Amino acid sequence: MNNKTIKVDYLARVEGEGALHVKIKNDKVTDVKLKIYEPPRFFEAFLRGRMYTEAPDITARICGICPIAYQMSSVHAMEDAFGIRVDGQLRQLRRLIYCGEWIESHALHIYMLHAPDFLGYPDVIHIARDYPDLVQHALQMKKAGNAIVALLGGREVHPVNVRVGGFYKVPSKQELSQLAENLKRGRDVALETVLWTAQLSFPDFEQDYEFVALWHPTEYPFNEGRLFSNKGLDISVQEYENHFAEEHVAYSNALHSVLKERGAYFVGPMARYNLNFDQLSPLAQQVSREAGLAPKCSNPFKSIIVRSVEMLYAFDEALRIIEEYEAPERPSVDIHPRTATGYACTEAPRGILYHRYKLSEDGSILDAKIIPPTSQNQKIIENDLLHYVEQFINLPEEQLTWQCEQAIRNYDPCISCATHFLKLYFESQDE
Amino acid sequence: MDDTAILVIGIGNEYRSDDRVGLAIVRALKKKKLPGTKLIESGDDSLNLIDTWKDAKFVILVDAVSSDSEPGTIFRYNALTEPIPTQLSFHSSHAISVAETIELGNMLHQLPPNLFLFGIEGKHFSSGIKMSAEVENAIPDVIEEVIQVIQTFQPFM
Repeated sequence: MNNKTIKVDYLARVEGEGALHVKIKNDKVTDVKLKIYEPPRFFEAFLRGRMYTEAPDITARICGICPIAYQMSSVHAMEDAFGIRVDGQLRQLRRLIYCGEWIESHALHIYMLHAPDFLGYPDVIHIARDYPDLVQHALQMKKAGNAIVALLGGREVHPVNVRVGGFYKVPSKQELSQLAENLKRGRDVALETVLWTAQLSFPDFEQDYEFVALWHPTEYPFNEGRLFSNKGLDISVQEYENHFAEEHVAYSNALHSVLKERGAYFVGPMARYNLNFDQLSPLAQQVSREAGLAPKCSNPFKSIIVRSVEMLYAFDEALRIIEEYEAPERPSVDIHPRTATGYACTEAPRGILYHRYKLSEDGSILDAKIIPPTSQNQKIIENDLLHYVEQFINLPEEQLTWQCEQAIRNYDPCISCATHFLKLYFESQDE
Repeated sequence: MDDTAILVIGIGNEYRSDDRVGLAIVRALKKKKLPGTKLIESGDDSLNLIDTWKDAKFVILVDAVSSDSEPGTIFRYNALTEPIPTQLSFHSSHAISVAETIELGNMLHQLPPNLFLFGIEGKHFSSGIKMSAEVENAIPDVIEEVIQVIQTFQPFM
């Protein structure tokens, strides 16, 4: 008979800080509480009164790991409001800069945050001792992704080159071509990474998820598409708030996102992969199959393989865009602000990032709503923990605790905005 | 003279109150026009630091820390000769902290020949753009110390 409380007050190896509380009585999970995310409400308030032009730069500071995602969602929402479509090479450059960010973010997560779990290491420092090559690979790929973001973003550290309508400056064909060598090497390593992740050990754990992601008929989605799910959702991003709601949860400083009709849903690489497999490049599809991954996957622990496939795709797509690039005549299209409301969903490394802005006649922001992917995954993570603990309830406590943490890390949650600082301890109740 | 020889990196997040102190200090240093010195504001994940300091001979990091000390306390470390105490957390909202990045760099033999850290104890790290008074008051002292360090070593770079 198991009666225990699993309390992880300080989650390691997730972005930011978080806490987990699972109560078990008589072999049943009686309670799961996950406190991992504080949405960027401060930024929503801070944006009021600012000009639409400032939204990309301000929101980019919400997350240090994915500033590009915030910039992309904000510019697309503003362009939606003003009836602008950015097409051609500018559109391609936006896909390219997103490739850079996906590569950086996924490389960090796969090697430094997730791999330690599978290899039985407490952290990346210990892995570095035994497998320095692994860490070197991660750094190498981060560097390749960073080079794309630095070139298109216009600055080494914080991207400043993205604007509503396009960019402030666009690179020459030659400048872009210089990235190709390192990206090709990165692609080779990314390919090996897929195969390497596929041979790790995975718990036998599958769930019946509702995956939600952008869907596009001809490309693996970054910035454009309709919102799809594997259970019948098919809406424009403008209809997001008609179908999704945020419920207040007392114990967490956060709101839980739900699909009004059906409850918890799952965003991120697994969702994109399950809904858009056919849109992956031929190489990514082939390597995916070689790794033994089917086009549909419902084991969240295998997200590490899926992330690797996406990383490989990002290298492949980046090289394709660079190969076909011709510098556009103008770095951006003209914008004429007007009273309007604009919406956008783009695919951040961790899933759909929703922005909505209400704008006044002169283009100043009256109201903003920002719903990050990690916010949207909180409920599904809790569900996973509940089911996982029930299934593996007879594991020794320490192991079960670690696996719970690993289960959370499957989602690569970004909890940079969280303000909770807590300590890790384990408590067991005897009844 | 190689202008990447000395590198000062201010680490922080603009919108996390005292966590912006590293950035504020670097911005103030930029106005001083220090010779032979490159100044960088770093907000994103610290892992990029390993690449950022690749060619520099002398690196100074400036960051907010959280260690239950008096707000405004200034900590100084020579990262190559002293371990950074584990209870001194260089405040990071990301998984790989500055201290861990340094340890990683050490393991991979990718640390610069000289690496110094200045840490300023923060009081508030919640959302906001204002620093606490104690941290603001510590800024001029840190600036002066960083300049002194640069002036001491710069002739040898």
